[in-house]
Amino acid sequence: MYISMNWIQEFVDLSGIDLMALIHQFSLSTAEVENEIFQKGADLSGVVVAEIKSVEEHPESKKLHLLKVDCGEADLVDVVCGAPNVRVGMKTAFAKLGAQLGEITIAPRKLAGYTSHGMCCSEKELGLSDNNDGILDITEDVAVGTDVKDLWQIDDIIFEVDNKSLTNRPDLWGHYGIAREFAALAKRPLKPMEMVDLAQYKDLPAIDMKIEDPLCQRYSCLTVENITRNVAPMNMRIRLYYCGMRAINLLADLTNYLMLEMGQPMHAFDSRKVEKIRIKRFNAPFTFQTLDKVERAIDENTLMICNGDKPVAIAGIMGGFDSEIVEDTTSLTLESATFNAASIRKSTVRLTHRTDASARYEKSLDPEMTVPAIARFVKLLQDADAGMRVTSCLTDERAFTYPQVTLDFDKKFVDRYTGIEISDEHIVSTLTALGFVVRQDGDKVSVDVPSWRATKDVTIKADIIEEITRIYGYDNFDIHTAEAPLYPVREHVEKTTENKVKDILVKRYGLHEVHSYIWQYSDEYKKLGIEVEDNIRLLGAANPNIEVIRRSIVPTQLVQVKGNTAYAPSFGIFEVGRVADGVDENGLAKEYKKLCITLFSKVEDVQTLYFKLRDMLAVTVDDLKHKPLTWVKAEASHSWEHPKNLNAIVCDGVTLGTIGVAHPVVGKKIDKKAAIVFAEIDIDALAQVGAERIKYVEPSRFPGMEQDLTFMAETYAPIAKAIEAANSALIQKVSVVGTYTDEGGKSITVRLFFSHNERTLTRDEVQAVVDRIVTDLESKGILIKK
Amino acid sequence: MNEKIAALKASFEQELAQVADMAGLEALRVSYLGKKGKMTEALKGMGNMSVEERKTIGAQTNELKNEITVALAQKLEAMKAAELQKEIDELPEFDVSMPANMDRGSYHPITLVQRQCEQVFRTMGFHLEDYAEIVTDYECFESLNIPKFHPARDMQDTYYLDNGQLLKTQTSAAQNAIYRKYRDDLVNNGVPIKAVFPGRCFRNEATDACHENTFFQMEGMMVDKNISISNLIYFMKTMLSEVFRKDIKVRLRPGFFPFVEPGFELDISCLICGGEGCPSCKHSGWLELCPCGMIHPEVLKAGGIDPEEYTGFAFGLGLTRLAMMQYGVKDIRDLNSGNLTRLSQFTDDE
Repeated sequence: MYISMNWIQEFVDLSGIDLMALIHQFSLSTAEVENEIFQKGADLSGVVVAEIKSVEEHPESKKLHLLKVDCGEADLVDVVCGAPNVRVGMKTAFAKLGAQLGEITIAPRKLAGYTSHGMCCSEKELGLSDNNDGILDITEDVAVGTDVKDLWQIDDIIFEVDNKSLTNRPDLWGHYGIAREFAALAKRPLKPMEMVDLAQYKDLPAIDMKIEDPLCQRYSCLTVENITRNVAPMNMRIRLYYCGMRAINLLADLTNYLMLEMGQPMHAFDSRKVEKIRIKRFNAPFTFQTLDKVERAIDENTLMICNGDKPVAIAGIMGGFDSEIVEDTTSLTLESATFNAASIRKSTVRLTHRTDASARYEKSLDPEMTVPAIARFVKLLQDADAGMRVTSCLTDERAFTYPQVTLDFDKKFVDRYTGIEISDEHIVSTLTALGFVVRQDGDKVSVDVPSWRATKDVTIKADIIEEITRIYGYDNFDIHTAEAPLYPVREHVEKTTENKVKDILVKRYGLHEVHSYIWQYSDEYKKLGIEVEDNIRLLGAANPNIEVIRRSIVPTQLVQVKGNTAYAPSFGIFEVGRVADGVDENGLAKEYKKLCITLFSKVEDVQTLYFKLRDMLAVTVDDLKHKPLTWVKAEASHSWEHPKNLNAIVCDGVTLGTIGVAHPVVGKKIDKKAAIVFAEIDIDALAQVGAERIKYVEPSRFPGMEQDLTFMAETYAPIAKAIEAANSALIQKVSVVGTYTDEGGKSITVRLFFSHNERTLTRDEVQAVVDRIVTDLESKGILIKK
Repeated sequence: MNEKIAALKASFEQELAQVADMAGLEALRVSYLGKKGKMTEALKGMGNMSVEERKTIGAQTNELKNEITVALAQKLEAMKAAELQKEIDELPEFDVSMPANMDRGSYHPITLVQRQCEQVFRTMGFHLEDYAEIVTDYECFESLNIPKFHPARDMQDTYYLDNGQLLKTQTSAAQNAIYRKYRDDLVNNGVPIKAVFPGRCFRNEATDACHENTFFQMEGMMVDKNISISNLIYFMKTMLSEVFRKDIKVRLRPGFFPFVEPGFELDISCLICGGEGCPSCKHSGWLELCPCGMIHPEVLKAGGIDPEEYTGFAFGLGLTRLAMMQYGVKDIRDLNSGNLTRLSQFTDDE
């Protein structure tokens, strides 16, 4: 919303104050002011009122005229002018030689053989409107030679307030409300607005009007007639233009002017079309033509202004085409009303049509404003067209009244909330300047909230704090730290787990952390042959490809792997992210935080890659918990899982997740030759696994003995089991030193290291353990390789 | 000198000159000084000699023996030195002008800025909390004093789910749970609630270089008996100076958010120009950084905390925006792209 400082100064005397500094203060205390502030008229000078004394046709141009102009100087000036509306005796705006019009400096100029010593100007050329149809036709009784800046308020400072910062301030949607803020900031009085006394019309007939729906909070109206002027006063049109509106005609301009001044939208109907005003909703939908000639679908929730049963306007949004003021309108009915804010907002959403009026109504306008707005409107209309006559009494009905809000607090509350000392005097003067009625009794303060702040904005004590402090100025605050007792803050294990896992994967294994989305991307999945799995669904997503929440990060990560196949021959990525697995018995999402890792390689074979990932997980978990992982064969259940080598990852009896190979169909779509393996674990479940301490083993000072055994075995598991079953304290370390496959089958060589803490071992006691292991395995058909 | 001895000496010198390696040197030693060596051999004929002769020859023989021993030792030293030199010479000069292999892992930029922020709050005694992404209407709106018809609840802004929940639109959705988690400690033991909670948030909107439907925020709050606006400004200034590692000027402007009262928009002095005015702050000298405010009494009440007794402040930092500012990322969509050419650059930034 654009604000004119001239307009503001109509309501508060700011003489002697640095206006730019005050606007800056307004931005810090009230609402955000956009950076660019316009100095209107600053680039305009040397334009005076002049009278056209003679007009001659240009001998060679149909358009041009040769004028002699009296601009208040000794001699008449020769001017060549192309405007169609020139006539003798006409007063216009004349840019003298040396005048400044924006970037143009007026100099003698030859036009089709004749020299023009100045220029007659249109409104557009002076920056007063977009009208460039002809030169200004000045009707005011003013002496030639008068500077147009003395005639009209051309010099002005215009700034824009960010509408978003006004959403909770219905009172700031007009200049008068803004002026109140300026008055409080400048500590100058706010002048009352000039209005007519509506009581003088009380004996005139009332309008037939009735609120039939409580969504209309208040409806005030008045009829007037005998309006003969069609053009609004120049100063009014300049302000409208500076504030971003186009002048149309006197009545339209007045309603717009009033809206910009008081924030109260008004509407003028042709009285013939609204003889019986009813405000109501309809039971069945229909279409309605608004004054912009658009047919709009109205449903049963949309509040309408009607003439009897015939709708004439969409309440608070836009008038109807049929009831608009037309050429032969002699009597008009002024509407000044308030409506339920939420209802207006919903209607604008349904109609996808927002107007200046509805934008204001959405903010919960003050119903106490409707009558003063009419009184002000009549005053402005009278000033513009003295012949106008009011033909009805003020007709006013209320269906809703906001309660008077009174807030009680004491000085201690203010001190505690602000943390600084703010004087009683500041509190009282600030609140009073903002229109609050303040009663003080010692430390106790009681304030009545003014109606324009009481529709939703100021309802609790904390709101009063804001009023006091924002005018006090946050830059003026003495700032200090809080005084609070100290307590240790232990980090949550979920947090430390996540941080450490990331560090290990990045620092030790060189993986790259990525983020992907929480939903399944159906288009990308399809390209990889991954099925979208049923889960909690998104309603009305803007993007049709995202409909279902993911159950696993693996497929979203595979999509990312696909996008990176050219990045490097081998790489690994991971994400700590969230998934959902349907809903629980209360219908709430079962959400889990997962760690997902995918390794990709065009150089390593899939088994090597798989073991790399497996060892990565085992080392990571051992680092965090000093506990081993075990692997339990699992059945593939997702389209991206290879049916073989899918294993559950188990720690301390808790299944943390799975490790597997990408399904060949999916894998080939990512890269024809690469190996792709993945693992996904529940990182919060991992965090919850109790951690062991490091178990330090003092190495024996006595020499140990090493023994290699090679078994004909398909898997290592039974060998590990037999070694464990041998249950010997002498076995210090077991390692696999090789596997070999020949025509005899697969063999595995294990190296056992034996030692004793207190003595040197004998060959015999070591052999006894070895024999137990060998015999055990023999009984299971696993033989020592000859 | 005895002829024989003279001949031996000559032949030794000749042979020594021809020795090529250590093995040859050892063989030469054995062939002259060994038990059955040429020197022993030479002395064999001494039985027939007179005592005088024996003495002379003995002395000459010993002299030659010593000469041979010294010559062998010198030769050995020389060969060892030559061998070492050869080893030294064999090591090539390395081409250190070759580029270093900088392959290593990387963190997501959000993780880096999140850690930088968390580090600041950790040192100031804040709990670091985490929270769900799928939340209830109560958590995201109702408990935060956001009325039923508020535009923030509109379908076009919020991802509603078919189970009645929604994807959280703001980290504030965790506030209520955090009040409840720490409320007893506050009320019974006087432990202030100090927590920050980073999290991923979602808005149902079309994406472009400046808009993402998925982004990160970090919210923080402090509740105690006498938390004031003065404290809020102090904490924001201190924290942000720590986060940006320089003295930051802050300014507050009124801002409306239903869950705070008073609510503020906090601006910081422009990080690029320091307040002089430059294109990145649109010549204002200030950057709008984060909303904050005193926690609304209704929000405290919903968290089981009596607003007559306790007050608090809360603030929200846009981690995604912070990361983009920090690293000059121009397209917000890069962050969720998984594009390693871009993301692998964020190796570490403690």
